[in-house]
Amino acid sequence: MSAWRGLSLFVGDARLVAAKDLRIEWRARTTLGQVLPFALLVLVLFGFALDANRPTLRLATPGLLWMTVLFATVVAVQRSAAVESADGARRVLLLSGMAPAAAFAGKAAAVAMQLLVVEVLLVPGVVLLYDAEVESVPLVAATCIAATVGLAAAGSLLGAVVAGVRAHQTVLPILLLPVSAPVLIAATRAFADGFGTVAVEGWSWVGLLAGFAAANAVVGAVVYGPLLEEA
Amino acid sequence: MTPVGSLATPDEALVASYLGGPARTGSRFTFWLGLATLIGLAAVAALGLLAVPADDVQGDTVRIIFVHVPSALGAYAAFGLTALGSVMWLWRRSVWWDVTAHAGAEVGVLLCGLTLVTGMLWGRPTWGTYWEWGDVRLVTTLILFLVMVGYLSVRALGGDAASVATRAAVVGLVGAVNIPIVNRSVNWWANRTLHQQSSITDGKLEDLTLFTLFLAFVVAAMAICWMMMHRFRIGWLERQLQARDLHDALAARRAEANR
Repeated sequence: MSAWRGLSLFVGDARLVAAKDLRIEWRARTTLGQVLPFALLVLVLFGFALDANRPTLRLATPGLLWMTVLFATVVAVQRSAAVESADGARRVLLLSGMAPAAAFAGKAAAVAMQLLVVEVLLVPGVVLLYDAEVESVPLVAATCIAATVGLAAAGSLLGAVVAGVRAHQTVLPILLLPVSAPVLIAATRAFADGFGTVAVEGWSWVGLLAGFAAANAVVGAVVYGPLLEEA
Repeated sequence: MTPVGSLATPDEALVASYLGGPARTGSRFTFWLGLATLIGLAAVAALGLLAVPADDVQGDTVRIIFVHVPSALGAYAAFGLTALGSVMWLWRRSVWWDVTAHAGAEVGVLLCGLTLVTGMLWGRPTWGTYWEWGDVRLVTTLILFLVMVGYLSVRALGGDAASVATRAAVVGLVGAVNIPIVNRSVNWWANRTLHQQSSITDGKLEDLTLFTLFLAFVVAAMAICWMMMHRFRIGWLERQLQARDLHDALAARRAEANR
């Protein structure tokens, strides 16, 4: 099998899995009906927590936004893993014969798509609620994409780790949030530049986000097979 | 001690070795090692608290390094074993390495907690604050601590031994890959470090202080070996118990069928 054929097979399989997950999401409306309102609610609650102090909120906007995205990631990943653990779906995925790495890429892509939808609505949300102003659209967009790919890769992998376990809802945040610390730091710094609140070099933080995404995508692609078979 | 090493899965040979081996975690070697460790700890405490002179700049707070530095290095070493054990389980399905990874995580979390507590106690009189966000090593170590607590919570989920081992190994691997990224990001973020730079190499420490620190390293290494050996044997016996339970259940079913 040529490398080109292998790649097209990989992409095709990943698209199948991603389309399946997104179709399930669309029919269940979990992202639209639960994750998005939850994210909006967190934004409002942060406003209460910081006493609706406008200068403080403007300064804290990047951090608050990415905390909200982290919470949304936990919810989205839990949902994505639950789909696979119900009705022995993991076995079927394993028996389908597709490369586990392609299945992982598909799962992560579906989570990433949902998170991007959340972010696309959160950015106008902070502009409206917190008086934030976007100064550099390319930087904000690049940060969203790099951070989201990393969160989706790490989240999908750790979601598979706890899938099918009774206590999975409480264990996933303990696993995902500490390793997501670089994403929170880097995305917050990059957004601080993109929103013009602090003068920092935003693009180098995007580079760090890309490194995080690459590292976790590689680990996920390598170990997803053993996880599907044994966990 | 039960012979270990070549057995990859809980099979009949493992059951046989269980029936032949002693069901305890101590041995003559760990007894003497433990005794020597206790004497060593007493010696370090006596030297560190009474004999070593107070530091010119830091005063009595310098004595914390006899606990802080050895436990920090011990925690990193134990977590290194966990990372290595995780890779070896995923790669070779080595039960020996899986049990070692688990033991390393437990011992490492204990030492890492000790490192954080002693670091904060030292920071209060020295920096004027228990927690300094600008200190890269401190913040990274806390994240590492939290990742490894997550590792132990995955270990505690229960279920089939091979399944738990695989789940935990993935967490160990994810942690090992991400901790350097955490360190890098915290480093850029803080953009400075307050951490006490190495005082050993620049000749600022007194001879007796150096000797006590050296002794503290040796005693800490002995204590870690003692804890690791006991924890490893507990894990190994647990594996064998599981295998024996399976063996007993199979035998009971066969007896039923032959009746």
